[in-house]
Amino acid sequence: MTASLTLIAVMTVLYATGVYLMLERSLTRVLLGFLLVANATSLLLLTMAGPNGVAPILNDGTTTDDIADPLPQAFVLTAIVITFGVSAFLMALIYRSWRLSKADEVIDDAEDLAIAQRDAEVEAELADPDHIDQEVDHLDELTAAHDLAETGEEQP
Amino acid sequence: MLISLGFFALAAILAPALTKVLGPRVFYVLALVPLGALAVSAAVAQRILDGEIVTEFLPWIPEIDLGLSLRLDTLSWVLSLVVLGVGALVLVYCERYFPADEPGLGRFAGFFIAFSGSMYGLVVADDIFLLFMFWEATTVFSYLLIGHYTDRKASRGAALQALLVTTAGGLTMLVGLVILAAETGTTSLTAIVAEPPPEGAAVITAVYLLLVGAVSKSALVPFHFWLPAAMAAPTPVSAYLHAAAMVKAGIYLIAALAPAFSTIPGWREVLVILGVATMLVGGWRALRQTDIKLLLAYGTVSQLGFLTVIAGFGSRTAALAALALLLAHALFKSSLFLVVGLIDHSTGTRDLRKLSGLGRARPVLAVVAIVATASMAGLPPTFGFVAKEAVFTALLDGSAIGLVGLVGVALGSVLTVAYGARFLWGAFGRKRDVDDIPVHAERADALASPLILSLAGIVLGLAASALDPWLAGYSIVFPAGDEEYHIALWHGLEPALGISAVSLLLGILLFWKRTGVARAQAAVPALVNAADGYWKVLRFVDRTAARVTSTTQRGSLPFYLGVILLVFVLATGTSLALNSTWPTTWKLWDYPAQAAIGIIMIIAALAAVRADKRFTAVVLVGVTGYGLATLFALQGAPDLAFTQLLVETVTLVAFVLVLRRLPGRIGVAHGRPQHRLLRAILAIAVGLTMAVVAVTALAARSTEPIFHEFAQLAKDIGHGANVVNVALVDVRAWDTMGELSVVIVAATGVASLIFLDRRTDDLARPKLARGRRGFLLRQRPITEPARPVARMRTDREPEPDEKRLAWLLAGRTLAPENRSILLEIAVRLVFHSIMVVSLFVLFSGHNAPGGGFAAGLVAGMALVARYLAGGRYELGAAVTIDAGRLLGTGMLLAAGTAAASLLFGANALTSAFFETTLPVFGHVEFITSTIFDVGVYLVVIGLVLDVLRSLGGEVDRQQEEEDPRTPNERLEERRGA
Repeated sequence: MTASLTLIAVMTVLYATGVYLMLERSLTRVLLGFLLVANATSLLLLTMAGPNGVAPILNDGTTTDDIADPLPQAFVLTAIVITFGVSAFLMALIYRSWRLSKADEVIDDAEDLAIAQRDAEVEAELADPDHIDQEVDHLDELTAAHDLAETGEEQP
Repeated sequence: MLISLGFFALAAILAPALTKVLGPRVFYVLALVPLGALAVSAAVAQRILDGEIVTEFLPWIPEIDLGLSLRLDTLSWVLSLVVLGVGALVLVYCERYFPADEPGLGRFAGFFIAFSGSMYGLVVADDIFLLFMFWEATTVFSYLLIGHYTDRKASRGAALQALLVTTAGGLTMLVGLVILAAETGTTSLTAIVAEPPPEGAAVITAVYLLLVGAVSKSALVPFHFWLPAAMAAPTPVSAYLHAAAMVKAGIYLIAALAPAFSTIPGWREVLVILGVATMLVGGWRALRQTDIKLLLAYGTVSQLGFLTVIAGFGSRTAALAALALLLAHALFKSSLFLVVGLIDHSTGTRDLRKLSGLGRARPVLAVVAIVATASMAGLPPTFGFVAKEAVFTALLDGSAIGLVGLVGVALGSVLTVAYGARFLWGAFGRKRDVDDIPVHAERADALASPLILSLAGIVLGLAASALDPWLAGYSIVFPAGDEEYHIALWHGLEPALGISAVSLLLGILLFWKRTGVARAQAAVPALVNAADGYWKVLRFVDRTAARVTSTTQRGSLPFYLGVILLVFVLATGTSLALNSTWPTTWKLWDYPAQAAIGIIMIIAALAAVRADKRFTAVVLVGVTGYGLATLFALQGAPDLAFTQLLVETVTLVAFVLVLRRLPGRIGVAHGRPQHRLLRAILAIAVGLTMAVVAVTALAARSTEPIFHEFAQLAKDIGHGANVVNVALVDVRAWDTMGELSVVIVAATGVASLIFLDRRTDDLARPKLARGRRGFLLRQRPITEPARPVARMRTDREPEPDEKRLAWLLAGRTLAPENRSILLEIAVRLVFHSIMVVSLFVLFSGHNAPGGGFAAGLVAGMALVARYLAGGRYELGAAVTIDAGRLLGTGMLLAAGTAAASLLFGANALTSAFFETTLPVFGHVEFITSTIFDVGVYLVVIGLVLDVLRSLGGEVDRQQEEEDPRTPNERLEERRGA
């Protein structure tokens, strides 16, 4: 098999630039990165399709020996349309984010940050065992069960 | 047996409804179920006595060889009598125990009867996986029953603890069962025990894993702590689950496996030592309890240890003793728990420091308790005495481990006598400095159940010799000892009797000196507390979970993406590094133009990264897209080139529609320099990895590709020359079907993100002055004001008199400064032609470049033109059908094509071909996959329309709502300021 360095180089650059943009916080850049990565993937499929040939249209004496591999082409066609659908969705997201908060940035997820905060609280509780964490509810219940089993009385 | 199980299931389902009608009396009805099953067991008594194994089988999942295979041998027969008999009596007792207004009574009744059915299933199941299912079912129902008082924290905690401990054991057991089934090739417990597999490492591991399950279920050290906590349950639950039934499941498993596996290394030692430890720990702790129910709970722990010692000992006498002890324990312990329930009810307390003088007040209750305690302590003539004599004799076999066991259980018996005496004294005695406790009257029949259980203990004791052959069916599978032992009330003066007498005396002494004992207990520091260990493990799990979550879940999207990509680079990179296929030859380019286009694309991509204006970046990314289309065209992929070109254009338009509302610059700086460096390194690593992937994939094309035949198939079966199109609509139509779904979801997503309150918008359309209905009359020319006036905001505004012909229907709805007559004329001229072209592309696509996707995009471009020239009203006039309907109709056509072939008995999506010669048209061919392509066409138009409606029309509307000024007005205002 013969590899065309140009196609591979273009694909590599598209992937690298696309990933770089996708790792940003600006939604617009993320979308641009997504488009670049999508184009790169189309190129990847094209590269993998093997040697180029004439269009896979079996008219006028074209035989299957002359044509380029049509199967990857079908995949790429699907990919192109889906890319459009997804990028339209991302655009709508960008617009909505802008309309709601005048920002097109991905901010850190509040729930995830809350979990990290909670972890710090558990650490604090370990340093100070008298402090009772209302959040760690089932441990509390187990303690009550333990007391009941030991003494026959529920501790307040 | 199967029918009995069916009745249990039915009763469990009906119980809540029945409770609503009957109140607590429902328990009488429910008691009939175990009684019926008991009758079934009783009916086969003679066959069991003859040594027969009664089996039943119902196929369930034959594919994995799992069936409801049930069997009754002596062991499971005795267990079934205990489970069913005690179950029925406890159910009867429940009727007295619960007040009519008890919350959650129906639920309780359902769980209780379901538990009893599961327990019955557990002892009669022959298939080990069926046994496991029943085993876990008892765990779950026990969880639900312990947690009956859902409003009590301790109750919920105890339930959770029991669930966690026994489930952990159960899962360990499952691993053991799987290994055992794999080693023996059968899942029948009877078969495994009859022909045990040779002792290999796997079998020994499996057996020990099973023992973990048994030990956790039967609350042996170190899992004993869950049982006392489980006393938070209502007393009938304690009496049944935690004395007679569930905790016996572990003992049952040990007893069932003992004939086959008691000879494997360590079995006997482990079980005897665990049993002795449990018996002593339980007895010692029982001695210091002040709650009589907890006292009994620790007593149960102790007795379970006792049972384990003897059930695991694995000799003929021991087996007989184990079965006798199991029976005796079930009788006296459930009786005692029921007595405690009555005491609790009639005095309101279970604290032995408050109870006083109850023996005088409730003499019958006291007698029932005394008889049961006598059996527990092993006093003649109770059955407990008979069983304990047998145990001592069995352990006196001269072996060292037997001696350890003997000393252990003798000491345990001393403790048993002591805490038995403490229980009787605590519950019924009159204490010097405590006033007699006031007693509420109880109905006499509440005593029935404990009375029967206690009486049974005496009757069985007196009839021990007659009982012997019934139990011997289990023990005869063990090799015979020197002399045959039979249980009997009186064996003459023998060592066992001596041990019994001594332990009785020491036990009474221990009780006598209870204040000294209490002081000693307080002085001895608590040994390792297993419950604390459990608690620490749970805390550790909690903390680790929180820490792992907070470490990995930073909430930052770039971080997550970075981790995913890093894993991709490392994992794929590693496997690629080991790869040895490389392309045979390299060349710089396939043709020189490729290099030129490539360089342009590379420059555009790099510039897009550096661009800080949105429009610039978008256009640069667009350049890569158009470059890609050119590459497709040169590479022999005209369909792709065509589609890519159209998509790129529509994307650009959509992008511009969104970006007009955003600031020109991409606001945020690119982050800290070190972050940018990291991002760049990761991005380049991903790019290079993908390069290697591409090269490797190319080199992997070493065999003859399938496309030669595939393309021929497209021609012969798909009747199309364009192989790519035939692949999409026929050969690989399922892929396309999936893709259509994605497109519909995306289009709907776009619409729902922009239209906040509803899916369809019914785009405002310009109202056209129409005369009477009629085709010709409707063809009146459309006019608009001749002189520029301010944009019409409503349709009701009077129109100026002077008019001229309009090029577009809704042009007058635009602000004059936004209009371009040139554009309007151009659109007017080409719109219909483009629509016709799109239809041509659609239908010619089967044999030439084109097809549904491209055609849909062409039509979409026509709509884009209408919108750009005439605004949202123009778009509404151009497409009077809702986008959602277009999407739906398209999907319906595609799915309909798929389903229609099913009606003709073919596989889904099979296409049919028709050809005929018509006058005028000549030779006409039609293939059903064309209908599918029409579906694709409609879905793509729907997508473009949705994008235009949402990102175009609705965004316009929202903008006008926020700022109703026209551009000129805004400009003037800025000038004025």
